[in-house]
Amino acid sequence: MYTTELKDKNEKNTKPVGAGLAAEDPQRLAVFEARVAADDFIEPKDWMPEAYRKTLTRQISQHAHSEIVGMLPEGNWITRAPSLRRKQVLLAKVQDEGGHGLYLYAAAETLGTSRDEMVEALHSGRAKYSTIFNYPTLTWADIGAIGWLVDGAAIMNQVPLQRTSYGPYARAMVRICKEESFHQRQGYEIMMVLAAGSPAQMHMAQDALDRWWWPSLMMFGPPDDNSPNSAQSLRWRIKRDTNDQLRQKFVDVTVPQADAIGLKVPDPDLKWNEQRGSYDFGAVDWEEFYAVVRGEGPVAKERMNARVSAWEDGRWVREAALAHAEKRRASRLAAE
Amino acid sequence: MSKEWPLWEVFVRAKNGLSHRHVGSVHAADAKMAIEAARDTYTRRMEGVSLWVVPSAGITASDPGDAEALFAPAADKVYRHPTFYSIPEHIRNI
Repeated sequence: MYTTELKDKNEKNTKPVGAGLAAEDPQRLAVFEARVAADDFIEPKDWMPEAYRKTLTRQISQHAHSEIVGMLPEGNWITRAPSLRRKQVLLAKVQDEGGHGLYLYAAAETLGTSRDEMVEALHSGRAKYSTIFNYPTLTWADIGAIGWLVDGAAIMNQVPLQRTSYGPYARAMVRICKEESFHQRQGYEIMMVLAAGSPAQMHMAQDALDRWWWPSLMMFGPPDDNSPNSAQSLRWRIKRDTNDQLRQKFVDVTVPQADAIGLKVPDPDLKWNEQRGSYDFGAVDWEEFYAVVRGEGPVAKERMNARVSAWEDGRWVREAALAHAEKRRASRLAAE
Repeated sequence: MSKEWPLWEVFVRAKNGLSHRHVGSVHAADAKMAIEAARDTYTRRMEGVSLWVVPSAGITASDPGDAEALFAPAADKVYRHPTFYSIPEHIRNI
């Protein structure tokens, strides 16, 4: 699942990513810019401006953190899935999210930041992850809504990133996109079944849509006029579409999907605009978004506690495995 | 912070008859664990029939800065390609 470049409001006035470019070797910079502009891929050992490396490390590691933290709200329902089939599917999906996190951490590591440094940044709160995972999963329908909306928004974001300029990131995106489409379809299927069920089930589906709709729209990040680094990221092909373009695209494809199963998108301002060939929709509550980025989401603390204790409780396993490998290596050498 | 598990590069053979192809990397304490992690990470959907894992530290790569010196000379050796030679139409099977 995707996260857009996240900052909290206090960070908003830091200097733009392009600011350090003056310090770069102008000749190398020109060659680099020309390659990126020609849609060439940049590979790990190629020269790149420091600002490109930094922005990418931030974006890819945030993306990886989001995959890993994203396992928590869904993992919460594995033992309570309503049938064996649903349980199998959910297990496979959560395992996929773990895999996606690993592809992305590996891609970020090629930029020179170690896995441990990234994990530490997440646990200390310096690194952000997608705001969407700081909302609780209260009912089974939330698992449907997450697959349909959250993974749907992620796909919308990730498909263009398969052509992002950094090779390892683009390759990770290709794998992730291939796997993500089952995630969205299984979610929509859950909603479809609930929406066609008893009035209580229908109500549960509608309630989940009501709670997840706006947070899903927030996943695309702040509006374009409030996204200071977008222009630079677009120029470097780290982003391929603006936040608002993707958000609009998501609304346009998702509203008919809701209509088709008799669910109502919770936006009184939502209206088809014949002239634009798109839906007009209401204003997103950006104050809520920034509050969640700051860590004020309903379950933000719970999420981080779960991550940190998994990491700390697993420490002895990591150390023991390393000690075991070391001991075997030593005994092999002694035998030679 | 304790020591990180070393990094391994993962190669998958999609099916017999094809060569192994690089797909990504994993962290693991030893080779056996690297195979297990690679299996879980890179072959969840019938992507292959065989895995290789190689310590990343064991790979020596060419320097991108040398790419021109290494690979560009091939461009002026067009006589290595069959289309360099013009053979009359009526000569068959060549």
